[in-house]
Amino acid sequence: MASGKEIRTQIASIKSTQKITSAMEMVAASKMRKAQERMAATRPYADKILNVIQHLAHANPEYKHVYLQDRQETQRVGYIIVSSDRGLCGGLNNNLFKEVLHEIKTKSDAGLQVDICAIGQKASAFFSRLPVNMVAQVTQLGDAPRVHELIGSIKVMLDAFESGHIDSLYLVYNQFVNTMTQEDKFIRLLPVSSVEPSQDLLAHWDYIYEPDAKEVLDDLLVRYIESVVYQGVVENIASEQASRMIAMKNASDNAGDLIDDLQLVYNKARQAAITQEISEIVAGAAAV
Amino acid sequence: MAMTIHVDIVSAEESIYSGLAEVVIASAQEGEVGIYPRHAPLLTRLKAGEVRLLKDGKEEQFYISGGILEVQPQIVTILADTALRAADVDEAAALEAKASAEKALADKSTKMEYAEAQAQLAEAMAQLRAIERARKTRKH
Repeated sequence: MASGKEIRTQIASIKSTQKITSAMEMVAASKMRKAQERMAATRPYADKILNVIQHLAHANPEYKHVYLQDRQETQRVGYIIVSSDRGLCGGLNNNLFKEVLHEIKTKSDAGLQVDICAIGQKASAFFSRLPVNMVAQVTQLGDAPRVHELIGSIKVMLDAFESGHIDSLYLVYNQFVNTMTQEDKFIRLLPVSSVEPSQDLLAHWDYIYEPDAKEVLDDLLVRYIESVVYQGVVENIASEQASRMIAMKNASDNAGDLIDDLQLVYNKARQAAITQEISEIVAGAAAV
Repeated sequence: MAMTIHVDIVSAEESIYSGLAEVVIASAQEGEVGIYPRHAPLLTRLKAGEVRLLKDGKEEQFYISGGILEVQPQIVTILADTALRAADVDEAAALEAKASAEKALADKSTKMEYAEAQAQLAEAMAQLRAIERARKTRKH
Protein backbone atom coordinates (compact mmCIF):
# COMPACT_ATOMS: atom_id res chain seq x y z
CA MET A 1 0.00 0.00 0.00
CA ALA A 2 1.23 3.47 -0.90
CA SER A 3 2.38 5.59 1.98
CA GLY A 4 0.33 8.48 3.28
CA LYS A 5 2.58 11.12 1.78
CA GLU A 6 2.43 9.63 -1.71
CA ILE A 7 -1.34 9.57 -1.66
CA ARG A 8 -1.49 13.15 -0.42
CA THR A 9 0.67 14.31 -3.36
CA GLN A 10 -1.53 12.38 -5.75
CA ILE A 11 -4.67 14.00 -4.37
CA ALA A 12 -3.11 17.45 -4.65
CA SER A 13 -2.16 16.86 -8.28
CA ILE A 14 -5.65 15.64 -9.18
CA LYS A 15 -7.13 18.64 -7.42
CA SER A 16 -5.08 21.03 -9.53
CA THR A 17 -6.14 19.19 -12.70
CA GLN A 18 -9.73 19.49 -11.55
CA LYS A 19 -9.29 23.24 -11.14
CA ILE A 20 -8.10 23.49 -14.74
CA THR A 21 -10.93 21.40 -16.15
CA SER A 22 -13.61 23.26 -14.23
CA ALA A 23 -12.15 26.59 -15.37
CA MET A 24 -12.20 25.33 -18.97
CA GLU A 25 -15.80 24.27 -18.48
CA MET A 26 -16.84 27.74 -17.41
CA VAL A 27 -14.91 29.41 -20.22
CA ALA A 28 -16.50 27.07 -22.75
CA ALA A 29 -19.97 27.83 -21.35
CA SER A 30 -19.56 31.55 -21.82
CA LYS A 31 -18.02 31.13 -25.27
CA MET A 32 -20.88 28.87 -26.25
CA ARG A 33 -23.41 31.56 -25.36
CA LYS A 34 -21.56 34.08 -27.51
CA ALA A 35 -21.37 31.64 -30.40
CA GLN A 36 -25.11 31.02 -30.11
CA GLU A 37 -25.77 34.75 -30.34
CA ARG A 38 -23.56 34.91 -33.40
CA MET A 39 -25.48 32.01 -34.91
CA ALA A 40 -28.75 33.90 -34.49
CA ALA A 41 -27.22 37.05 -35.98
CA THR A 42 -26.25 35.31 -39.21
CA ARG A 43 -29.75 34.08 -39.98
CA PRO A 44 -31.48 37.23 -41.33
CA TYR A 45 -28.87 37.68 -44.05
CA ALA A 46 -29.06 34.12 -45.33
CA ASP A 47 -32.86 34.07 -45.20
CA LYS A 48 -33.14 37.34 -47.05
CA ILE A 49 -30.66 36.38 -49.73
CA LEU A 50 -32.42 33.06 -50.29
CA ASN A 51 -35.70 34.93 -50.66
CA VAL A 52 -34.28 37.16 -53.34
CA ILE A 53 -32.64 34.24 -55.16
CA GLN A 54 -35.92 32.36 -55.17
CA HIS A 55 -37.63 35.36 -56.59
CA LEU A 56 -34.96 35.83 -59.25
CA ALA A 57 -35.03 32.18 -60.24
CA HIS A 58 -38.77 32.44 -60.58
CA ALA A 59 -38.78 35.72 -62.50
CA ASN A 60 -36.04 34.63 -64.91
CA PRO A 61 -36.79 31.04 -65.80
CA GLU A 62 -34.86 31.35 -69.06
CA TYR A 63 -31.58 32.18 -67.31
CA LYS A 64 -30.09 29.22 -65.50
CA HIS A 65 -26.94 29.98 -63.63
CA VAL A 66 -24.31 27.25 -63.68
CA TYR A 67 -24.73 26.86 -59.88
CA LEU A 68 -28.39 25.97 -60.38
CA GLN A 69 -27.90 23.34 -63.06
CA ASP A 70 -27.85 19.69 -62.17
CA ARG A 71 -25.05 17.79 -63.85
CA GLN A 72 -25.86 14.68 -65.85
CA GLU A 73 -22.93 12.75 -64.51
CA THR A 74 -20.95 13.14 -61.34
CA GLN A 75 -17.30 12.20 -61.46
CA ARG A 76 -15.77 14.27 -58.74
CA VAL A 77 -17.28 15.52 -55.52
CA GLY A 78 -16.07 18.38 -53.34
CA TYR A 79 -16.42 18.53 -49.57
CA ILE A 80 -15.95 21.54 -47.36
CA ILE A 81 -15.25 20.07 -43.94
CA VAL A 82 -15.60 22.29 -40.90
CA SER A 83 -13.77 21.29 -37.74
CA SER A 84 -12.41 22.95 -34.65
CA ASP A 85 -8.93 24.35 -34.31
CA ARG A 86 -8.38 22.92 -30.86
CA GLY A 87 -8.92 19.59 -29.20
CA LEU A 88 -10.24 18.67 -25.77
CA CYS A 89 -13.79 18.80 -27.01
CA GLY A 90 -14.86 15.19 -26.63
CA GLY A 91 -15.53 13.08 -29.69
CA LEU A 92 -16.83 16.00 -31.72
CA ASN A 93 -14.26 16.07 -34.52
CA ASN A 94 -13.68 12.31 -34.52
CA ASN A 95 -17.37 11.57 -34.91
CA LEU A 96 -17.58 13.97 -37.82
CA PHE A 97 -14.47 12.60 -39.54
CA LYS A 98 -15.77 9.09 -39.11
CA GLU A 99 -18.92 10.00 -41.01
CA VAL A 100 -16.91 11.81 -43.68
CA LEU A 101 -14.56 8.86 -44.12
CA HIS A 102 -17.53 6.58 -44.50
CA GLU A 103 -18.99 8.92 -47.10
CA ILE A 104 -15.70 9.20 -48.98
CA LYS A 105 -15.31 5.46 -48.96
CA THR A 106 -18.80 4.99 -50.42
CA LYS A 107 -18.06 7.58 -53.09
CA SER A 108 -14.70 6.13 -54.04
CA ASP A 109 -16.19 2.63 -54.16
CA ALA A 110 -18.67 4.03 -56.67
CA GLY A 111 -15.74 5.24 -58.76
CA LEU A 112 -16.01 8.90 -57.79
CA GLN A 113 -13.10 11.09 -56.87
CA VAL A 114 -13.08 13.47 -53.97
CA ASP A 115 -11.70 16.95 -53.35
CA ILE A 116 -11.46 18.27 -49.82
CA CYS A 117 -11.43 21.79 -48.47
CA ALA A 118 -10.52 21.75 -44.79
CA ILE A 119 -11.63 24.45 -42.39
CA GLY A 120 -9.99 24.25 -38.99
CA GLN A 121 -6.73 22.81 -37.73
CA LYS A 122 -8.13 19.38 -36.87
CA ALA A 123 -9.59 18.71 -40.31
CA SER A 124 -6.42 19.95 -41.94
CA ALA A 125 -4.22 17.68 -39.83
CA PHE A 126 -6.48 14.69 -40.30
CA PHE A 127 -7.08 14.90 -44.04
CA SER A 128 -3.55 15.88 -45.00
CA ARG A 129 -2.46 12.44 -43.79
CA LEU A 130 -4.99 10.68 -45.98
CA PRO A 131 -4.61 9.89 -49.65
CA VAL A 132 -7.30 12.42 -50.54
CA ASN A 133 -6.96 15.49 -52.65
CA MET A 134 -6.95 18.43 -50.24
CA VAL A 135 -7.18 21.48 -52.47
CA ALA A 136 -7.66 24.26 -49.97
CA GLN A 137 -7.60 24.89 -46.27
CA VAL A 138 -8.03 27.67 -43.78
CA THR A 139 -7.13 27.38 -40.09
CA GLN A 140 -6.86 29.51 -36.95
CA LEU A 141 -10.18 31.26 -37.39
CA GLY A 142 -10.56 31.82 -33.65
CA ASP A 143 -13.80 32.22 -31.76
CA ALA A 144 -15.17 35.01 -33.91
CA PRO A 145 -14.47 34.10 -37.53
CA ARG A 146 -14.97 36.70 -40.24
CA VAL A 147 -16.56 36.01 -43.60
CA HIS A 148 -13.60 37.37 -45.54
CA GLU A 149 -11.31 34.78 -43.95
CA LEU A 150 -13.38 32.08 -45.63
CA ILE A 151 -13.77 33.66 -49.05
CA GLY A 152 -10.52 32.27 -50.47
CA SER A 153 -11.12 28.62 -49.71
CA ILE A 154 -14.75 28.82 -50.79
CA LYS A 155 -13.72 30.42 -54.05
CA VAL A 156 -11.34 27.54 -54.79
CA MET A 157 -14.28 25.15 -54.58
CA LEU A 158 -16.65 27.41 -56.52
CA ASP A 159 -14.10 27.83 -59.29
CA ALA A 160 -13.62 24.08 -59.41
CA PHE A 161 -17.35 23.65 -59.82
CA GLU A 162 -17.62 26.34 -62.46
CA SER A 163 -14.79 24.86 -64.52
CA GLY A 164 -16.40 21.42 -64.31
CA HIS A 165 -13.60 19.96 -62.20
CA ILE A 166 -16.06 18.93 -59.50
CA ASP A 167 -19.72 18.18 -60.14
CA SER A 168 -21.20 18.74 -56.72
CA LEU A 169 -20.14 20.35 -53.50
CA TYR A 170 -21.08 19.45 -49.94
CA LEU A 171 -20.66 21.24 -46.64
CA VAL A 172 -20.01 19.10 -43.56
CA TYR A 173 -20.17 20.48 -40.03
CA ASN A 174 -21.52 19.79 -36.56
CA GLN A 175 -25.03 21.06 -36.17
CA PHE A 176 -25.82 22.57 -32.80
CA VAL A 177 -29.03 20.89 -31.65
CA ASN A 178 -28.71 21.78 -27.98
CA THR A 179 -26.03 21.83 -25.33
CA MET A 180 -26.07 18.06 -24.97
CA THR A 181 -26.48 17.12 -28.61
CA GLN A 182 -24.48 17.96 -31.70
CA GLU A 183 -25.14 16.15 -34.94
CA ASP A 184 -23.00 15.85 -38.01
CA LYS A 185 -24.70 17.50 -40.92
CA PHE A 186 -24.15 17.20 -44.66
CA ILE A 187 -25.56 19.98 -46.82
CA ARG A 188 -25.42 20.03 -50.59
CA LEU A 189 -24.19 23.49 -51.57
CA LEU A 190 -23.89 22.99 -55.31
CA PRO A 191 -25.89 22.64 -57.42
CA VAL A 192 -28.15 24.84 -55.31
CA SER A 193 -31.27 22.80 -54.71
CA SER A 194 -33.31 24.93 -52.33
CA VAL A 195 -34.37 27.35 -55.05
CA GLU A 196 -38.00 26.39 -55.39
CA PRO A 197 -40.27 29.30 -56.22
CA SER A 198 -42.47 29.82 -53.20
CA GLN A 199 -46.21 30.36 -53.47
CA ASP A 200 -46.33 34.04 -52.57
CA LEU A 201 -44.03 34.83 -55.47
CA LEU A 202 -46.49 33.56 -58.00
CA ALA A 203 -48.27 36.89 -58.06
CA HIS A 204 -46.27 38.25 -60.91
CA TRP A 205 -44.12 41.25 -60.39
CA ASP A 206 -40.48 41.84 -61.08
CA TYR A 207 -37.64 44.04 -59.92
CA ILE A 208 -35.98 46.76 -61.88
CA TYR A 209 -32.42 45.47 -62.22
CA GLU A 210 -29.30 47.54 -62.26
CA PRO A 211 -27.06 46.73 -64.10
CA ASP A 212 -28.92 43.53 -65.12
CA ALA A 213 -30.51 40.47 -63.61
CA LYS A 214 -27.69 38.07 -64.46
CA GLU A 215 -24.94 40.03 -62.79
CA VAL A 216 -27.00 40.57 -59.67
CA LEU A 217 -27.91 36.89 -59.56
CA ASP A 218 -24.26 35.85 -59.98
CA ASP A 219 -23.28 38.06 -57.08
CA LEU A 220 -26.12 36.85 -54.92
CA LEU A 221 -25.39 33.17 -55.46
CA VAL A 222 -21.76 33.54 -54.41
CA ARG A 223 -22.81 35.55 -51.35
CA TYR A 224 -25.44 32.98 -50.54
CA ILE A 225 -23.01 30.08 -50.56
CA GLU A 226 -20.52 32.06 -48.51
CA SER A 227 -23.18 32.86 -45.96
CA VAL A 228 -24.22 29.20 -45.70
CA VAL A 229 -20.61 28.14 -45.13
CA TYR A 230 -20.15 30.94 -42.62
CA GLN A 231 -23.25 29.82 -40.76
CA GLY A 232 -21.84 26.31 -40.71
CA VAL A 233 -18.55 27.55 -39.27
CA VAL A 234 -20.28 29.59 -36.57
CA GLU A 235 -22.56 26.71 -35.68
CA ASN A 236 -19.58 24.39 -35.50
CA ILE A 237 -17.95 26.75 -33.00
CA ALA A 238 -21.06 26.66 -30.84
CA SER A 239 -21.01 22.85 -31.07
CA GLU A 240 -17.32 22.77 -30.21
CA GLN A 241 -17.81 24.88 -27.10
CA ALA A 242 -20.86 22.88 -25.99
CA SER A 243 -18.99 19.64 -26.51
CA ARG A 244 -15.95 20.96 -24.64
CA MET A 245 -18.16 22.13 -21.82
CA ILE A 246 -19.63 18.64 -21.42
CA ALA A 247 -16.24 16.95 -21.77
CA MET A 248 -14.72 19.21 -19.14
CA LYS A 249 -17.68 18.76 -16.82
CA ASN A 250 -17.23 14.99 -17.05
CA ALA A 251 -13.51 15.37 -16.44
CA SER A 252 -14.14 17.48 -13.34
CA ASP A 253 -16.71 14.98 -12.06
CA ASN A 254 -14.32 12.11 -12.65
CA ALA A 255 -11.55 13.97 -10.85
CA GLY A 256 -13.94 14.44 -7.93
CA ASP A 257 -14.68 10.70 -7.83
CA LEU A 258 -10.99 9.91 -8.01
CA ILE A 259 -10.24 12.28 -5.14
CA ASP A 260 -12.97 10.66 -3.03
CA ASP A 261 -11.55 7.21 -3.68
CA LEU A 262 -8.01 8.30 -2.88
CA GLN A 263 -9.15 10.07 0.25
CA LEU A 264 -10.65 6.78 1.41
CA VAL A 265 -7.42 4.92 0.69
CA TYR A 266 -5.45 7.61 2.49
CA ASN A 267 -7.68 7.43 5.58
CA LYS A 268 -7.39 3.66 5.66
CA ALA A 269 -3.60 3.83 5.37
CA ARG A 270 -3.46 6.39 8.15
CA GLN A 271 -5.72 4.27 10.34
CA ALA A 272 -3.62 1.17 9.67
CA ALA A 273 -0.42 3.03 10.58
CA ILE A 274 -1.94 4.21 13.88
CA THR A 275 -3.24 0.74 14.72
CA GLN A 276 0.17 -0.72 14.01
CA GLU A 277 1.89 1.85 16.22
CA ILE A 278 -0.48 1.19 19.11
CA SER A 279 -0.05 -2.59 18.88
CA GLU A 280 3.75 -2.11 18.84
CA ILE A 281 3.58 0.06 21.96
CA VAL A 282 1.28 -2.40 23.71
CA ALA A 283 3.53 -5.31 22.75
CA GLY A 284 6.54 -3.35 23.99
CA ALA A 285 4.83 -2.59 27.34
CA ALA A 286 3.85 -6.25 27.78
CA ALA A 287 7.46 -7.33 27.23
CA VAL A 288 8.75 -5.13 30.02
CA MET B 1 -46.27 62.55 -40.04
CA ALA B 2 -44.20 61.93 -43.09
CA MET B 3 -44.41 58.56 -44.78
CA THR B 4 -41.72 56.15 -43.74
CA ILE B 5 -40.21 53.02 -45.11
CA HIS B 6 -38.78 50.09 -43.19
CA VAL B 7 -35.04 49.66 -43.59
CA ASP B 8 -32.97 46.59 -42.75
CA ILE B 9 -29.23 46.63 -43.11
CA VAL B 10 -27.83 43.13 -42.61
CA SER B 11 -24.47 41.54 -43.21
CA ALA B 12 -23.54 37.88 -43.08
CA GLU B 13 -22.12 38.42 -39.59
CA GLU B 14 -24.69 40.63 -37.93
CA SER B 15 -27.74 42.79 -38.27
CA ILE B 16 -26.47 46.36 -38.57
CA TYR B 17 -29.67 48.39 -38.52
CA SER B 18 -33.37 47.82 -38.48
CA GLY B 19 -35.88 50.65 -38.30
CA LEU B 20 -37.85 53.30 -40.12
CA ALA B 21 -36.64 56.09 -42.38
CA GLU B 22 -38.18 58.67 -44.69
CA VAL B 23 -35.47 58.46 -47.31
CA VAL B 24 -32.67 56.01 -47.96
CA ILE B 25 -29.69 57.28 -49.92
CA ALA B 26 -27.11 54.80 -51.12
CA SER B 27 -24.39 54.71 -53.74
CA ALA B 28 -25.50 52.13 -56.28
CA GLN B 29 -23.24 50.87 -59.00
CA GLU B 30 -24.91 53.07 -61.62
CA GLY B 31 -24.93 56.15 -59.41
CA GLU B 32 -26.40 57.45 -56.19
CA VAL B 33 -30.00 56.48 -55.51
CA GLY B 34 -32.52 58.01 -53.14
CA ILE B 35 -35.36 55.69 -52.16
CA TYR B 36 -38.64 57.11 -50.90
CA PRO B 37 -41.61 55.08 -49.69
CA ARG B 38 -43.55 53.28 -52.43
CA HIS B 39 -40.56 53.04 -54.68
CA ALA B 40 -40.88 50.48 -57.46
CA PRO B 41 -39.18 47.13 -56.73
CA LEU B 42 -35.50 47.49 -57.49
CA LEU B 43 -32.48 45.25 -57.17
CA THR B 44 -29.06 46.74 -57.62
CA ARG B 45 -25.45 46.32 -56.62
CA LEU B 46 -23.98 48.83 -54.22
CA LYS B 47 -20.51 50.30 -54.35
CA ALA B 48 -18.45 50.81 -51.25
CA GLY B 49 -19.67 53.98 -49.62
CA GLU B 50 -22.15 55.57 -47.32
CA VAL B 51 -25.74 54.66 -46.74
CA ARG B 52 -27.67 57.60 -45.33
CA LEU B 53 -31.04 57.37 -43.64
CA LEU B 54 -33.10 60.53 -43.15
CA LYS B 55 -35.73 60.69 -40.48
CA ASP B 56 -37.34 63.67 -38.71
CA GLY B 57 -34.70 65.96 -40.17
CA LYS B 58 -31.96 63.82 -38.62
CA GLU B 59 -29.49 61.79 -40.57
CA GLU B 60 -27.93 58.44 -39.77
CA GLN B 61 -24.91 57.25 -41.66
CA PHE B 62 -23.51 53.81 -42.21
CA TYR B 63 -20.44 52.87 -44.14
CA ILE B 64 -20.69 49.66 -46.09
CA SER B 65 -18.05 48.07 -48.27
CA GLY B 66 -20.44 47.11 -51.03
CA GLY B 67 -23.41 44.80 -51.28
CA ILE B 68 -26.85 44.47 -52.75
CA LEU B 69 -29.81 46.82 -52.37
CA GLU B 70 -33.27 45.36 -52.56
CA VAL B 71 -36.24 47.70 -52.67
CA GLN B 72 -39.87 46.77 -52.26
CA PRO B 73 -42.62 49.37 -51.85
CA GLN B 74 -42.67 49.22 -48.04
CA ILE B 75 -39.30 47.74 -47.22
CA VAL B 76 -35.70 48.31 -48.15
CA THR B 77 -33.08 45.65 -47.48
CA ILE B 78 -29.39 46.24 -47.79
CA LEU B 79 -27.33 43.06 -47.91
CA ALA B 80 -23.99 44.49 -46.90
CA ASP B 81 -20.67 42.84 -47.63
CA THR B 82 -18.39 42.44 -44.65
CA ALA B 83 -15.28 43.40 -46.56
CA LEU B 84 -14.32 45.10 -49.75
CA ARG B 85 -14.83 42.67 -52.61
CA ALA B 86 -12.86 42.78 -55.80
CA ALA B 87 -12.07 40.02 -58.26
CA ASP B 88 -8.31 40.24 -57.71
CA VAL B 89 -8.65 40.33 -53.92
CA ASP B 90 -10.83 37.21 -54.02
CA GLU B 91 -8.36 35.58 -56.37
CA ALA B 92 -5.47 36.31 -54.03
CA ALA B 93 -7.43 34.83 -51.11
CA ALA B 94 -8.15 31.69 -53.16
CA LEU B 95 -4.47 31.30 -54.02
CA GLU B 96 -3.59 31.68 -50.36
CA ALA B 97 -6.05 28.95 -49.37
CA LYS B 98 -4.54 26.66 -52.00
CA ALA B 99 -0.98 27.39 -50.93
CA SER B 100 -1.94 26.73 -47.34
CA ALA B 101 -3.34 23.32 -48.29
CA GLU B 102 -0.20 22.46 -50.25
CA LYS B 103 1.95 23.43 -47.29
CA ALA B 104 -0.08 21.22 -44.96
CA LEU B 105 0.26 18.34 -47.42
CA ALA B 106 4.01 18.82 -47.67
CA ASP B 107 4.33 18.78 -43.87
CA LYS B 108 2.86 15.38 -43.35
CA SER B 109 5.27 12.75 -42.24
CA THR B 110 3.34 9.63 -43.14
CA LYS B 111 0.58 8.81 -45.52
CA MET B 112 -2.16 6.65 -44.07
CA GLU B 113 -4.56 4.50 -45.93
CA TYR B 114 -8.30 4.83 -45.44
CA ALA B 115 -8.39 1.50 -43.69
CA GLU B 116 -5.65 2.50 -41.31
CA ALA B 117 -7.33 5.79 -40.51
CA GLN B 118 -10.61 4.04 -39.98
CA ALA B 119 -8.95 1.54 -37.71
CA GLN B 120 -7.41 4.36 -35.68
CA LEU B 121 -10.73 6.10 -35.45
CA ALA B 122 -12.49 2.93 -34.45
CA GLU B 123 -9.89 2.43 -31.76
CA ALA B 124 -10.37 5.96 -30.46
CA MET B 125 -14.12 5.47 -30.45
CA ALA B 126 -13.77 2.18 -28.60
CA GLN B 127 -11.61 3.87 -26.00
CA LEU B 128 -14.17 6.62 -25.58
CA ARG B 129 -16.93 4.05 -25.17
CA ALA B 130 -14.88 2.12 -22.64
CA ILE B 131 -14.30 5.27 -20.63
CA GLU B 132 -18.00 6.01 -20.83
CA ARG B 133 -18.86 2.54 -19.53
CA ALA B 134 -16.28 2.73 -16.78
CA ARG B 135 -17.76 6.03 -15.72
CA LYS B 136 -21.28 4.62 -15.62
CA THR B 137 -20.35 1.55 -13.58
CA ARG B 138 -18.41 3.74 -11.20
CA LYS B 139 -21.45 5.89 -10.56
CA HIS B 140 -23.75 2.98 -9.64
